[in-house]
Amino acid sequence: MTILFYSLAFAGLIASFFKSKEKTKMALKKAWKSFENILPQFLSVLIVIGIMLAILTPQQISAFLGAESGWWGVMTAAFLGAVTLIPGFVAFPLAAALLHSGAGYMQIAAFVSTLMMVGIVTIPVEIKYFGKKITFLRNALAFVFSLIVAAVMGVLL
Amino acid sequence: MKIKLIGFVKRYKTFLILFAVNLLLLIFAPDLGTKAVSITQNNLWEMLSVIPPIFILLGLLDVWVKKETMVKYMGEGSGLIGILIAFFLGSAAAGPLYAAFPVAGILLKKGSKISNVLIFIGAWSTMKIPLLMFETNALGLEFSMLRLGMNIFGILIISFVIDNLLKEKDRVELCKLAEDLL
Repeated sequence: MTILFYSLAFAGLIASFFKSKEKTKMALKKAWKSFENILPQFLSVLIVIGIMLAILTPQQISAFLGAESGWWGVMTAAFLGAVTLIPGFVAFPLAAALLHSGAGYMQIAAFVSTLMMVGIVTIPVEIKYFGKKITFLRNALAFVFSLIVAAVMGVLL
Repeated sequence: MKIKLIGFVKRYKTFLILFAVNLLLLIFAPDLGTKAVSITQNNLWEMLSVIPPIFILLGLLDVWVKKETMVKYMGEGSGLIGILIAFFLGSAAAGPLYAAFPVAGILLKKGSKISNVLIFIGAWSTMKIPLLMFETNALGLEFSMLRLGMNIFGILIISFVIDNLLKEKDRVELCKLAEDLL
């Protein structure tokens, strides 16, 4: 994925350079400016995630979502998913392990769904692009939606 | 020089404070501190693997793609095509959700409809194709397809609801944010 992204950017730059040196320079300037613009938020978010995940280990997460945790477990799962930021290739095996260790489909669905759709720690970044109102609405609606997904999956699976 | 430094400290204030907190953790709770640092390092690598090329592509997009083109395909009146493009762009993506926000910024700047940008964000957050494969592997086809099916509706509903709750003032503010950032 990384290679793909970098080659795309590189190919784009070369094509652009042959078409217009000036415009390419401008594009790079804009790229840097917008990157530097958001960098403080990015760096802060990285450290917050680091500290948070150091405290909140997968073992602890599984302790919260044990069997028979019911709606309380669903809420906890949704909340944990909302505040944590784990890459998908770590999150899904974790979710599968949680299922095997006795968590219900409802809790896992809530966890997976908020993990992907709701991002509490990245809110400062989101606000910079979308403003407070949309950011708040999007996260709140995605949270509620995740609970609905959990309920439906609890019934069907 | 001094003014530049003050500006830097002001902008990076939160980061510097968090950095100090992490240093304190390293001193007073070394176990937790080192763990936090190693997680941050991993995430930093993940970020560096997608963010710089994304910003370069955004810069190129900004200078080469005409506003009219974006308006035509994703702007007001783009209808179903705009919605489909938004879904496709989001789910073909890779990388964490925070990488989607700058992309959304440029879509807005070039005249894409707000509802389409919200669909794009929704698809990026939870419909990415590589992740779907991971999900299917780990949790089963039933689980991932059921979630995917609900997500398509959920994303549409969320974007529709937000779009309808926005006042003219919010839209103007949003466009201004996009202008300022790129």
